[in-house]
Amino acid sequence: MIIHHPLLGPRDASEFVHLGDATLLSRPDWQADDAIAQFHEYLYQRENPAGEYRELWYHEQGDRSWLIITRNTLTHEISSVELARDVARKGSAS
Amino acid sequence: MTQINRLSGGKINRDKPCTFTFNGKILQGYQGDTLASALLANGINLVGRSFKYHRPRGIFSAGSEEPNALVQLRQAASNEPNTRATVTELYDGLYATSQNHRGPLNFDLMAATDLLSPFLGAGFYYKTFMWPRAFWEKLYEPIIRASAGLGKLSGEEDPDIYDKGFLHCDLLIIGAGPAGLAAARVAAHAGAQVIIADEDFLLGGRLNSERHEIDGIPADQWASETLAQLQEFGNVRILPRTTVLGAFDHGIYSALERKTDHQLHSNGKPRQVLWRIYSKRAILASGATERSIAFPNNDRPGIMLAGAVRSYAKRYGVAAGKQISIFTNNHSGWQIAQDLVDQGVKITAIVDTRDIPPPATFSGVAIMMGTQVVNTTGRKALRSITLSNGHVIQTDCLAVAGGWSPNVHLTCHQRGRPEWRNDIAAFVPSKSRPVGMSVVGAANGDLTLGAAIKSAHQTTNAVLKSIGFQTKRTQPPRAIDEAFAITPFWHVANQKHRAWVDLQNDVTTKDIKLSQTEGFHAVEHLKRYTTLGMATDQGKTSNVLGLAVMAEMLGKPIPETGTTIFRPPYTPVAMGALGGRARDKNYAPIRKTPSHQWASEQNAVFVETGNWLRAQWYPKLGETHWRESVDREVLATRKSVGICDVTTLGKIDIQGTDAAAFLNFIYANPFLKVPVGKVRYGLMLREDGICYDDGTTARLGENHFVMTTTTANAVLVYRRMEFARQCLCPEMDVHLISTTDAWAQYAIAGPNSRALLAKIVDNQDLSNEVFPFMACGEITICNGIPARLFRISFSGELAYELAVPTRYGDSLIRALMAEGQEFDATPYGTEALSVMRIEKGHVVGNEINGTTTALNLGMGGMVSQKKDSIGATLSQREVLINDNVVRLVGLQPVDKSHALQAGAHFLELGSKPTTQNDLGWMTSVAHSPTFGHSIGLGFVKNGHMRHGDIIRAWDGIRGRDIPVKIVSPHMYDPEGAIQRG
Repeated sequence: MIIHHPLLGPRDASEFVHLGDATLLSRPDWQADDAIAQFHEYLYQRENPAGEYRELWYHEQGDRSWLIITRNTLTHEISSVELARDVARKGSAS
Repeated sequence: MTQINRLSGGKINRDKPCTFTFNGKILQGYQGDTLASALLANGINLVGRSFKYHRPRGIFSAGSEEPNALVQLRQAASNEPNTRATVTELYDGLYATSQNHRGPLNFDLMAATDLLSPFLGAGFYYKTFMWPRAFWEKLYEPIIRASAGLGKLSGEEDPDIYDKGFLHCDLLIIGAGPAGLAAARVAAHAGAQVIIADEDFLLGGRLNSERHEIDGIPADQWASETLAQLQEFGNVRILPRTTVLGAFDHGIYSALERKTDHQLHSNGKPRQVLWRIYSKRAILASGATERSIAFPNNDRPGIMLAGAVRSYAKRYGVAAGKQISIFTNNHSGWQIAQDLVDQGVKITAIVDTRDIPPPATFSGVAIMMGTQVVNTTGRKALRSITLSNGHVIQTDCLAVAGGWSPNVHLTCHQRGRPEWRNDIAAFVPSKSRPVGMSVVGAANGDLTLGAAIKSAHQTTNAVLKSIGFQTKRTQPPRAIDEAFAITPFWHVANQKHRAWVDLQNDVTTKDIKLSQTEGFHAVEHLKRYTTLGMATDQGKTSNVLGLAVMAEMLGKPIPETGTTIFRPPYTPVAMGALGGRARDKNYAPIRKTPSHQWASEQNAVFVETGNWLRAQWYPKLGETHWRESVDREVLATRKSVGICDVTTLGKIDIQGTDAAAFLNFIYANPFLKVPVGKVRYGLMLREDGICYDDGTTARLGENHFVMTTTTANAVLVYRRMEFARQCLCPEMDVHLISTTDAWAQYAIAGPNSRALLAKIVDNQDLSNEVFPFMACGEITICNGIPARLFRISFSGELAYELAVPTRYGDSLIRALMAEGQEFDATPYGTEALSVMRIEKGHVVGNEINGTTTALNLGMGGMVSQKKDSIGATLSQREVLINDNVVRLVGLQPVDKSHALQAGAHFLELGSKPTTQNDLGWMTSVAHSPTFGHSIGLGFVKNGHMRHGDIIRAWDGIRGRDIPVKIVSPHMYDPEGAIQRG
């Protein structure tokens, strides 16, 4: 696969480490009454869509950016690549 | 006997004869031959035995689809089994032997298997070797293993070199036949960066094997002239002997280039290169493969694909037989007959399954329309064929023309499914194929020459336009469309004799019938039950035939019966080529610390930890056992001073106004209020509440920390910290950089460590008042060399860690040893380090093993619930904090002469070794020279409440069972007075 890094342009997927679901950006509030239940949901419950999927990749053999990649799990078509930090700052992960 | 079947003509170099050996016989051929063509020229067609029934087999095809002619090539370590003779380029000195027989090839002792064939049908293994179960390992498996496989590996190390490489292009053209060459011409003129790859050593594809004209000149001449023109273009890279193996995501293709396989010696050059090709667009011009017809006893040597017989005649100047007959269901059989006659090959008969007027006549050739071949004779070479009209024809070569299957393989590599086309009775690529791939020529179902060239020309123009190239308006090269009409005919129904579908895996129509009878109708089931198409040729000549036979048996049309798709690689690849240079010591990079040279001079024994080499111990003259060295190193350190290289620990530099807040989030224990000039031990949890790393972090300034991680987790910790920084704390002002390689670091431990350090530091007061336990600072040593000093202790001694920029690492270890002479300073390795940390009760990966919590490790109190940190919330799950969880303890044998063993499980005295009775397990053990007996660390249920209890350490695997005493994990200096001293 080729990932179009927002800062570095097209890079081979072998430079990256894959983590998984981008919802990991939406970390629950530790002070919530049901914090344990919320963290459980956050950590273990995942959608497994056949189609578009937003996921985290880390450019470990590169600039060490964490990226959010929208990839079609059926075709591997990548429709968007964003810096995870930009997304996290906007406060929307999904 | 000299090349009795050699004709005139052919694309071989008669000025370059090659001498080669097959099964001990010395033979002659020419440069430009394949091993197969040279064998046929010498009248040899029996070249191997079949996989299952050990039937005599001959050369079947003239290309990479070959199912039969697999040989052992070369000798000793260079020996390569299962090499297809049909694509093995002949060279002077080539050495080959046949395979899969016991005794000589023409008297195979295993041939008796053929007599047992009624019992060896599809599913034989599944049905036979099921019971009795006890026979599996001792009887069945050895027998199956002994008779399985074709060729034999040498068992020696591969002496060849393999490389990997990367190529980029606008357009990758796969196949250099008429369509590929026509495409390359257009792309070359348009100025695109072009790669054209073909598996053959002679480019031109079928133009070299058939008689055609293109643009008014002979087609083979057109091919060589076109290639010569392409070579003039700087933007075209021509890769002969290069098989494109697979189509991967986003226009990436893998290809194997055989660099020196056609030479006797590699002469130090890479034998093969595995290319990764990045393309903007790809054009698949892979042509088509002929298929056979299933008729009784159709596997005899001398029964070949008709196109191959023509190829041997025209391209190689070899007659595949003295009396050739043709069996066809389509017009290409007649075209082949014409080409053979033109080459001066004698044809005896043409048998056509179609009841139509003969498309042509040939003088002296018997022509039978609406007729089938119903049997053959000749065990080691074809002698005669029997026809459905009762005629028996004497023939030594039967050319079978069953129709053509487009080579759709690469279109399937991303689950594209080919579609059936009735007019050509073949599968062609559908729209579902890899993004960016276009298919032209015969591969796309344009089986006639004029149409193939025209479609390649037009498609290439359109493809180039789509990626921004201007193409000139040009006409495609002119060629006529030869007659091609087919009436599908797949198999001759016959109850008595076997009719082969898949020659390589010995699958017959009877097996397909059995599969159908037993309910395995789906193609994927058919394949797996009968092994149809699952040999090394991936069923290139058999898949469509097998599917068609199944369709007939089911009474369904082929498209409703299904289709098979293909996976990479297109043809088999040597493991060596996939490994490339990454083998033996080059498998992974080796990391050496700055003291490596010095340690080697001390005869250090090294151990791999990750990619690092670390000194494990330093044997002294006269020490014969590692324990002697390790015990000495421990005792010397505890008595005076020892020095250990700890450079390999991960180091991360953390800076920014939010650095302290960030660490407070990363570590489970508080970090906000660490004073400048102090070090704090930190514990990291995963978000699920399990510990994953620990280390010390020093605050060098208000906004500057230096973290150490364990050697093994350095990369992982850094990755997770970047995740936290970018994804969870995006607003924080904090930056991270890995400085593991920037600093050389030594632990200096023992009562005399302070005195030794005092000799090399510049004006630094080392007294307890100024530089107490857990102090840190940036200092200079040896007259101005920058250094960092940390007063931390892994050994439990009065100890320091001293870091200098990497380039001073070698000098520093030498300076420390020289200055330490008066204290008998002793270097110690990772073994002594481990012994001392067990004595002290410090945990490492054995204890922080990915399943244990802070509470398990005796550090539950460190996990602050007054702040948010990774893992803090879920560490409080009931299942992790109940009263029954295991706790870290120290263990000592009751009988001090017993040695403890890691991995032993703990049980109450007298209780049975069952899972229910399991109390925990031993994680780390060592012989303690300090205490004079074996000691251990481990986890015991509620162990913190049980110090002093005696339990069993039961080790069922090694047959040990001894009583041990639970003690505090902190066996050495539990109050820490020594390290604070």
